[in-house]
Amino acid sequence: MDFLPDIGLATLGTQLLVGLSRAMILFIVAAGMSLILGVLRIPNVAHGSLYMIGAFLAFTVWALFGGGSTGFWLALILAPLGVALVSLIMERGLFCHLYEREHLMLLLFTFALMLVFADLVKLTWGAEYRSVSAPPIFIGSLPVFGLPIPRYNLFLLIIGPLIAIGLWLLMSKTKIGKISRAAAVDREMVGALGINVSWVFAAAFVIGCYLAGLGGALIAPTVSIVLGMDHTMLIEVFLIVVIGGLGNMWGALCGALIFGLTHSFGVLLWPQFAIVFPYAAVVIVLIWRPTGLLKSVW
Amino acid sequence: MPDKRIINLESFWWQIAILVILLILPPILPRFYIYILALIFVTALLAMSLNLVLGHGGMFQFHHAVFYGVGAYTVALMLTKTSLPAWIGFIAGPIVAAGFGLLIGWFCVRLSRLYFGMLQIALGSLVWAVVFRWYDFTGGDDGIHGIPMPSILSSLNGSYYFVLIITVICLIAMYLIFKSPFGGTLRAIRDNPGRCAAVGVNVRRHQLTGIVIASFFGGVAGVLFVVLEHSVFPDLMFWVLSLEICIMCLFGGWFTFMGPVLGAAMIVALRTFVGIYTEYWTLILGVTLMLLIFFLPQGVMGYFQEKFKPRAKAIVERA
Repeated sequence: MDFLPDIGLATLGTQLLVGLSRAMILFIVAAGMSLILGVLRIPNVAHGSLYMIGAFLAFTVWALFGGGSTGFWLALILAPLGVALVSLIMERGLFCHLYEREHLMLLLFTFALMLVFADLVKLTWGAEYRSVSAPPIFIGSLPVFGLPIPRYNLFLLIIGPLIAIGLWLLMSKTKIGKISRAAAVDREMVGALGINVSWVFAAAFVIGCYLAGLGGALIAPTVSIVLGMDHTMLIEVFLIVVIGGLGNMWGALCGALIFGLTHSFGVLLWPQFAIVFPYAAVVIVLIWRPTGLLKSVW
Repeated sequence: MPDKRIINLESFWWQIAILVILLILPPILPRFYIYILALIFVTALLAMSLNLVLGHGGMFQFHHAVFYGVGAYTVALMLTKTSLPAWIGFIAGPIVAAGFGLLIGWFCVRLSRLYFGMLQIALGSLVWAVVFRWYDFTGGDDGIHGIPMPSILSSLNGSYYFVLIITVICLIAMYLIFKSPFGGTLRAIRDNPGRCAAVGVNVRRHQLTGIVIASFFGGVAGVLFVVLEHSVFPDLMFWVLSLEICIMCLFGGWFTFMGPVLGAAMIVALRTFVGIYTEYWTLILGVTLMLLIFFLPQGVMGYFQEKFKPRAKAIVERA
C-alpha cells in the first residue's frame, strides 16, 4: 500500500493521545444527547446547535473579560450555564407539550429548532470566524512518556473521565438520577408514585444540554468557531450514541473512543480519507451489533 | 372502503388542466420563474420518492438524499469522464441509485424504526464522506461544475420541458405503484407489521423493494437536478438535505399522495422568495415548521383532506 507513510512509534503515541482527547469532547456532547434520548426519548437534532451556541458564548465571555486566563475560565463556567438556560426555556416552552408525539415528529421538531438556532446564531454573532485562545498555562506541550503532547489535550483527557464519573454518580447514586432512570422506563408509574415527572424530565434535558454547551466551550480554543460546526458535530454525536446503545452513558464513551481513535489513526494512514474511517467503523459496529455495543435503555 | 378506482375523473381533469398550463408557461414567464418551477418539479419528485417509503411505507428513511446525490453524481461522472452518449448516463443514474438503495436497504430492513433510520444515516454518511474527500474522482467538496449536456437540454426551456415530462411520467408511475397491490401491502405493513407477517407477507422483502423503488425515483430526481443545474456538489447527499426532504413530506402531509409535491413547492418558494428579502429564511422556515407540528401534524394537504372527508363520506353513504 503506497499511501502508508512511515509511521514511527512516537507519531503513533501522539496521535493516540490526540485522538483520545478528541474523543473526550465527543463523549461530553454525546453523553448529553444520550441522557436526553434515554430519559426523554427525544432524538435531539438541536443538540449540535446547543454545542455551537456553547462555543460562541464561550467566545463572547472570553472576549468580554479581555481574552485572558480569567476570561477563559469564566467562559468555561458561564457558557454551558447559558446554554442550560436556553434549554430550560426550550423544554418548558416547547417540548413539554410534545412528549406524547411519535419520534419522527419530535425529530423533525428539533430539526426546526436547529434551523432557528442556526439563524439566531448568525444574527447574534455574524458569519465570521471566531477564535478563543487558551490561557498561557495550556500553551505549549508537555512530555508524556517522552512524547510531546499539547497541554490543552492533556487537560481534556483529565476533564473527560471526570465528567464520566460525575455523570455516573449522578445517575446511579443520587435521587434525581434514580428517579429519572425510573421515569425513562415507566413514566406513568413514576408519576403515580407522586413524583412530578415533568420536572424530572426538564432536569434531565437541561443537564444534557449543559453537557452540549460544555463540549462547545471546551472545544473553543482548539478550533475556529464558525456557523456550520453544529452540522458535523451533530451527525458524529448521533452515530456515537447509536453505536454505544441509545441512552447508555458508558456506551457513549465507547462510541466516542471508537470515533475519535479511528479518525486520528485515519489521519496517519490515509489523510485524504481520514473522515471516512469513523463512518466505516460505525457501519461495521451497526451491522455487527445493530442495537449498539452496550445495552440500550429503550 | 378504500377508493379502488385508478383514475378519479373530477381531479383527473384538474390535473390535465394544470399540466396544460405548465406546458404553455415557458414563453410567457420570465426565465427566473421557469427555473424556479423546474426546481420545484425536481424537488417534488424527490419528496414524492421519499414519501413512498416514509409516509406510505412507514420506514424511517432518514438519509434519502444519498440516492438523489448518487443519481446526480453518476450522470455527472458519466458525462464528464466518459464519451458515452448522454442518455446512457440518464438511464444509469437511477439504476445506480437503485443499486445503492438495494445495498443500503438490505442492511437497514433487518432493523426497526429508529435503528433503521440510524443505520441508514451511518451508511449514507459513509457514502457522503467518500464523495466529499475523493478529489480525484468526484471533485471532493468542490463538486463538478459545467457538465456538458446534449444541445436540446442546454437551453433553460429545453431542460424545463424535459424535467416536466420526466416528472409527470414518474408521478404517474408512482401513482400506479401507490394504487397497486404492492402499494397496499406497503401501507398495511406501515400500519401493522406484525399482523402482516402473520398473514404471510414477507415484510422485509416488501420493505426492501419499497426502498429500491424509492431510491430509483430519487436517482431520477438527481439526474433531473443535473439537467437543470449542470453541476453537482456533496451537499446533495448531506444529511441536512435528507431531513429537509422529510420536512417537505410533513409539510404537505405524509398520508396523502400529492402532499409532498405541495410541501416541496412551499419550501422551494419560501427559500427563493423569502430569500430575496432576508438571508434569515431558515428562521422563518423553522418557525413555520414548529407551528405546523403544533397545530397541523397531518400536514397542509392532510388537513384539507380531513376537512373535506365528512362530505365525501356522506355522499358515499347516500349512494
